[in-house]
Amino acid sequence: MNNTTPNSFKNQPDDRGHFGEFGGRYVAETLMPLILDLEREYRAAQQDPAFAAEFDDLMKHYVGRPSPLYHAERLTEALGGAQVWFKRDELNHTGAHKINNCIGQILLAIRMGKTRIIAETGAGQHGVATATVCARFGLPCVIYMGAEDVKRQSPNVFRMKLLGAEVVPVTSAGATLKDAMNEGLRDWVANVHDTFYIIGTAAGPHPYPEMVRNFQSVIGTEARAQMLDRVGRLPDLLVACIGGGSNALGLFHPFLDDADVKMLGVEAAGHGLDGDEHAASLLGGSPGVLHGNKTYLLQDKDGQITEGHSISAGLDYPGIGPEHAWLKESGRVEYTAVTDKEALDGFQLLCRTEGIIPALEPSHALAAVSQRAKQMGEDEIILMNLCGRGDKDIFTVAEKLGVEM
Amino acid sequence: MTRPPSPLTAAFHKGHPALVAFITAGDGNTAANLDALVAGGADVIELGMPFTDPMADGPAIQSANLRSLGAGTTTADVLQYANEFRERHPDVPLVLMGYANPMIRRGPEWFAKAAKGAGVDGVICVDIPPEEDDALGPALRDAGISPIRLATPTTDAKRLPQVLEGSSGFLYYVSVAGITGLQQAATGSIEEAVAALKAATDLPIAVGFGVRTPEQAADIAKVADGVVVGSALVEIIGEYGAQAPAKLQELTSALAHAVHTARA
Repeated sequence: MNNTTPNSFKNQPDDRGHFGEFGGRYVAETLMPLILDLEREYRAAQQDPAFAAEFDDLMKHYVGRPSPLYHAERLTEALGGAQVWFKRDELNHTGAHKINNCIGQILLAIRMGKTRIIAETGAGQHGVATATVCARFGLPCVIYMGAEDVKRQSPNVFRMKLLGAEVVPVTSAGATLKDAMNEGLRDWVANVHDTFYIIGTAAGPHPYPEMVRNFQSVIGTEARAQMLDRVGRLPDLLVACIGGGSNALGLFHPFLDDADVKMLGVEAAGHGLDGDEHAASLLGGSPGVLHGNKTYLLQDKDGQITEGHSISAGLDYPGIGPEHAWLKESGRVEYTAVTDKEALDGFQLLCRTEGIIPALEPSHALAAVSQRAKQMGEDEIILMNLCGRGDKDIFTVAEKLGVEM
Repeated sequence: MTRPPSPLTAAFHKGHPALVAFITAGDGNTAANLDALVAGGADVIELGMPFTDPMADGPAIQSANLRSLGAGTTTADVLQYANEFRERHPDVPLVLMGYANPMIRRGPEWFAKAAKGAGVDGVICVDIPPEEDDALGPALRDAGISPIRLATPTTDAKRLPQVLEGSSGFLYYVSVAGITGLQQAATGSIEEAVAALKAATDLPIAVGFGVRTPEQAADIAKVADGVVVGSALVEIIGEYGAQAPAKLQELTSALAHAVHTARA
């Protein structure tokens, strides 16, 4: 050890929920006592071995964890360069990483005696995961979803309804994820006495960003142990896509103090960062306050929020979790962005080389992996979070490829 | 340190309860609408800064925000409406109400200075609770603008001192846990809440959220120092557009009369 070793990257946020200058609790006074109560209950749950035991048990027997660590040999060969490995979170129950967080939050809701669950959803994956855990625990569930997303993601809307959730299409403003989140907050403010809001990503007011990250950290904790077990060393580069950023934080966080492990977060560049039609808050946005936290946002010069665009409904949120904003400014994680077209290419490449149909969200990470692998040596290892499966996206992809279904 | 009472506080000490009237800047003919509120007898004007994501607002004020932004309203426009209002009405207290992001976009000091320059007396920022006061509060206080805080049915006695710390002008009691414009709390619970607030502060207490009619306003004015009406006025602008000022003045008159005479 020497005294130039940086402080840990894992000790954020501070006790006010700040990640450096980001994060915090920017909510209306009505919600403030609730947020404080939630934090107290979460701290108590963290200290309670029974809470962890129930979480672990559900992870194993209901979600199907640990998810496999997979060496994508044919993809590696096709790309020529670094070995590509996947953390297979698309094999979880409900088909994405979202369920990890939902299990954690619903256990907390039950612990707090809440009897009604609400959530927002963009692509529908978080809505499906929330509806799933509500069915599992017998709690009524209301999902707010932008009316545009309801149209784009009809299979997931039907799934949520099958699971017994009420899906409320939100028509205000652009009728997408941010508007669904506004409506979720409005519901919560009016029903604070009995309602728990399961936020789907590592954003929102403290303690949500920290709490969601911690629940999702099961991804990185497993992957780190699996890597050491399988190849006897840590990967050289971690790659994950970023909308709000929970799957990326889940993978990255347990590795943050492994100085030799580089990390790359991949935002959605939509039609390109040079225009307005993208969803890259970090690379194409600036700091501001929205939905309870200070973070990078897509906004105009007056602080009005602009609509994100991405082929992936799960990535077109105009903000990002505050911990990513801090990780960017601290330089610990590198961020890049790939276009709709590059993501579609990544999607097809994985289908054909590995027999895995990925969601459009991790297809963005795949596009970045394709670029980086070629620049790295064959003895180097890239570990990518394959955070969702693509069944929900086949209609979107067919349309983009000009195929009638 | 004791300061001379601000014009904002004085508006609640005219010998009768005060009517606080809210409209959104840039929605309809803002200058004419503001003049109609003053002509109708409003004691304090709250001018809403439009925001794309008004999370604490119900459908009426959400729509007003979107109409305003759809018409191209900028922060410069809002400040100009305030400035021109101040020139026309040197003595009517003016409060800007809105959300954090448009207020801090160019830095809190920039905003505080610009608002002061435009004659603004107080600022209500919905999504900056006392915990995040650093984001705007110090800049407002340095500029001589009152940061006005919200207290709600969920604000308990333990938390109230924190809400009051660093606030001035008046205290805005949100009578229902919910969004603007939808339902109204029972007068009994409001009376109880106001009494609890008055035990903790000398600031005037204005009560809002869900107050629509002169009758409701009068009931609240019996127990509070002021009554805030927003959604009902904003709906008039939505319905009548350019013809709104006359209708606004009519409702404001009825509300002001009800509030001013509630205890007579």
